[in-house]
Amino acid sequence: MSVMPGGLGAALWVLAAVAAGLLPLLSLAFSAGGPTLDGAVWAALRFTLVQASLSTVLAVVPAVALARALARRQFRGRDLLLRVFAVPLALPAIVAVLAVVAIYGTSGWLGGIIPVYGLSGIVLVHVFFNLPLATRLILEALASTPPEAHRLAAQLGFTDGQVFAHVDGPVLRNRLPAIAGLIFLLCAASFVTVLTLGGGPSATTLEVAIYQSLRMDFDPARAAGLALVQVALSVTLVALAGRMMLAPAAQAPVRLRQGRFCGGRAGGKGADGRAVAPGIAVVVPPVAALVMSGLDHVTLNGALLSALGWSLAIGGAAALVATALGYGLAGAAARAPRWRGWFEGVALAGVIVPPAVMATGWFLLFGRNGTSIAELFLLVVALNALMALPFVVAVLAPALTRLAAAHDRLCASLGISGWARLRFIDVPALRRPLAQALLLAGIMAMGDLTAITLFGSGGILTLPALVYQQMGHYRGHLAAGTALVLALVIFLSAWLAEHLGAEDDPH
Amino acid sequence: MKRLSFALAALVLAALPAAARDTLTVYTYDSFVSDWGPGAAIKAAFEKTCDCEVKWVALGDGVAMLNRLKLEGNETSADVVLGLDTNLTAEAKDLGLFGPHGVDVARAHVPGGWSDTTFLPYDYAHFAVVYDTETMKTPPTSLDELVTGDASQKIVLEDPRSSTPGLGFLLWMKSVYGDKAGERWARLKPRILTVAPGWSEAYALFTRGEAPMVFSYVTSPAYHMVEEKSARYQAAKFSEGHYLHIEVAGLIEASPEKALARKFLDFMLTPGFQNEIPTRNWMLPAGDMSVPLPDAFSTLVRPDKPLLYTPEEVRDHRRAWIDEWLNATK
Repeated sequence: MSVMPGGLGAALWVLAAVAAGLLPLLSLAFSAGGPTLDGAVWAALRFTLVQASLSTVLAVVPAVALARALARRQFRGRDLLLRVFAVPLALPAIVAVLAVVAIYGTSGWLGGIIPVYGLSGIVLVHVFFNLPLATRLILEALASTPPEAHRLAAQLGFTDGQVFAHVDGPVLRNRLPAIAGLIFLLCAASFVTVLTLGGGPSATTLEVAIYQSLRMDFDPARAAGLALVQVALSVTLVALAGRMMLAPAAQAPVRLRQGRFCGGRAGGKGADGRAVAPGIAVVVPPVAALVMSGLDHVTLNGALLSALGWSLAIGGAAALVATALGYGLAGAAARAPRWRGWFEGVALAGVIVPPAVMATGWFLLFGRNGTSIAELFLLVVALNALMALPFVVAVLAPALTRLAAAHDRLCASLGISGWARLRFIDVPALRRPLAQALLLAGIMAMGDLTAITLFGSGGILTLPALVYQQMGHYRGHLAAGTALVLALVIFLSAWLAEHLGAEDDPH
Repeated sequence: MKRLSFALAALVLAALPAAARDTLTVYTYDSFVSDWGPGAAIKAAFEKTCDCEVKWVALGDGVAMLNRLKLEGNETSADVVLGLDTNLTAEAKDLGLFGPHGVDVARAHVPGGWSDTTFLPYDYAHFAVVYDTETMKTPPTSLDELVTGDASQKIVLEDPRSSTPGLGFLLWMKSVYGDKAGERWARLKPRILTVAPGWSEAYALFTRGEAPMVFSYVTSPAYHMVEEKSARYQAAKFSEGHYLHIEVAGLIEASPEKALARKFLDFMLTPGFQNEIPTRNWMLPAGDMSVPLPDAFSTLVRPDKPLLYTPEEVRDHRRAWIDEWLNATK
C-alpha cells in the first residue's frame, strides 16, 4: 500500500520521541538503584480509576445523545453551540475550575446544588472539559456514515431506535471505545483540577505522585516506577478498547451530498431537545460566567498581544505537525486493519506517557547546555503536537477509513499516488475532518500550559501562561480578561475551521 | 568582494563592544521578571554600575531552579541563582556548585539574624492566614484557634508537595505542635475547604468568595491597600508566632563571571535592588532602601516570634513530615 510508509514513518517519529523522553529517566532511575514503588501508589491508582471512570461515563453517554441530535438536526444556533463547545477544550484547568466554581461554588449562582469540593466537583469539571470533546469526536464519527444509509433507513420507515441499532450503532461501536479510552486517559492524567477541587490529599492521582517525585523530591527512581505503572495502566486500557472496536465495515459509498437525511420522522424534535439540554446545561453556564467575569478586564496591551502571538504560533505549528503525523497514522490504520490497534495506540503516546516524564527526558537529551528561545519553541511545539496527536487521529480515522474504501482501488488502477493523490483526491475529500483535526490540535496547543511550565518559560509567554502570571501577581481580574481573550480566539478558530472545512457540492 | 569583506569587518567591529561586555546569567523564578516583577528595574540599575549585561533565565519557581541545577550539574550556565528559600538551601549546598558569597552577613536584615556565608537573603515575609473582613468578623488569633475553630468558616490551603506556602504551613504546624502535628492536622481537616496546588489557585478561590480565609503572607494586605485602595483583606496575627519565608541568592563557584556575580550579590542589599522589592515582589526588604516604605506596610501584622527550621532540618525531615500530613488528612 502506497500510504503505509507514511504511517510507519509517523509511528517511528512518535516512538523515537517517547523513547527520548523515557530512556534518560529510566537510566537515571537505574543508576539510582532501579524504579521503586510504595503503598501510596495503590491509593492514587484507585482514586484515579474511580474519578476517571465516572468522568468518562458522564461525559460520553450524554455526548452520544447530543451528537446524534446535532447530526440529524440543523437548528438555529447549532453552529454557535458547536463553537461555544470548542471553548472548554483550550481552557487552562484553573480557568475552567474557576468558571465552574462561579456557577456551582459555595458563592456561585447555583451554589449548593452540587458539592464542588470533592469527587463530584472533579467529575463536574472533567465533564465540562470532555463532554464537548466527546460530542465533537462522535459527531465526526457519525459524519462518516454513508449518506445513503440514512436515505435507506428513512425509506424503510425506521424508528429512531432502529436507526440507532442499525445505522449509528455500528459506527459508534467502531469508534466509541477509542473515544472513551482517550477521555479516560485525559481524566486520569488530570492534575490541577484534581488538586484544586479534591479537598485534600485523599484525592490524589498517579500524575500528582509523578509530579511530586520529579519535582519536590527529585527522585527519578520513584518517578520512573510511577511512570511505568501509568504506562502499564494506559496500555492495558488501550488494548481493551482495541479489542472492543469492531472492524470497520468496508462500505464503498456513492458520492451523495453529505448530510443526514432523516425523512419526515415525527417526534424527533422533542427528543432532540431533551438530548441537547444536559450538554448545554453543563457547558454553557460556566462559559457564560467566564465571559462575564472577563468582560470589563480586557486590556489590549503589549503583553497580551505578544502572548496572543506566541499562542497562535505554538498552536499553528503544533496543529500542522500533529495533523501531518496523525494523517500518516490514521491512514495506515485504515489500510492495515490487522495493525490498526498498533497505529492508533502509537497515536496515544502523548496521553499515555506523562508529559512531565517526557519533558524531563527531552531536557536531559537536548536542553542541558541551555536552550535558546528557538529551541524552546521547538520543544514546546513537539510536546504539544504529541499531546494533540490522539485527537487528530480520533477525528481523521473514521474519515480515512471511508476514503480508503472509496478511492484506493480506483487510484491504484489509475496510477494516482503520492503528492497528486494528496492534492487532488485526499485533501478535497477530507476537507471537513482535516479542518476539524487542525482545529482540535491547534486549540489544545494554544490552551496548553504543561509544556511551557515543564521546560521553563525562557521568554515564551503564551495566553495561558499570562493568565497564570497575572494570577500569581494578585491580578485575578486581568487574568479573567486574558482568559476571555483566549476563549474568543478559540471561538473564532472554530468558526474558521467550519469555513475551511465546508464541503463543496458533489460534482 | 573587497566591499563585502569591508562590510563584514565593519560589522564585526561594530559588534565588538557588545560582545566584550560581560554577561551575568541569573536563574530566577518567573514572577520575578514578569511585567509586574522587580526584574527589569533591577537589571537596569545594576547594569548602570557594571558595564555588563544581566541575562535573566526564568524558571517556574525555587524548586524548579533547584531541579534544573540538579539536571545540569557542572554544565550549568548560571552565574547567580536568585530565588531559592531557606527550605531549599541545604539541598542546594549539597550539590557542591555554590561558592561563598563574600558579603558581610551583618548587612542582611532578617528576623532572627543571618549567618549563612553561601546564600544571602534579599527579602522575606512571614506567612499568615489572610481573611476577608466582609465575611469574617472575628478571625482566629492563634494557630490553635484556627485548628479548633468553627468548621463552617473554611480556609483554602496549598499543597506542601507543589507549593512554597503549602510547605510553609506544614512547617508552621510542625514547629508549633511537634509530635502532635498529625493529630492537629486531623482536627483541622473539617475546616479545610480544599488544598490547592499553588498559591495562585488558592488565592483565586479566596478572592472569589469561596472561603473567608486563605494561607498567604503578612504582606498580602499591602497589595490590596496600595494597588486597590482596599482594606478588605487582612492578615490574622497568631500568638504562637509566624513561620518565616526568606528568599536567598547564591553564586556558582565555577562560574567564569564569579567576580561579577559577587558584585551582583553585594548590589542585592543596596537601594538599587531593595527599593523595588516591597511593591513589586510584595515582600519585605532584607537590605537598605533609599525611599520610605509605602504607608500600607506600617499597618501590616508584626509577628512577635519568627518560627524557622534550619535548612538541614527541612532537608532531613521534609519527606517524613509530608507523609505525616498525608496520613493525617487522608
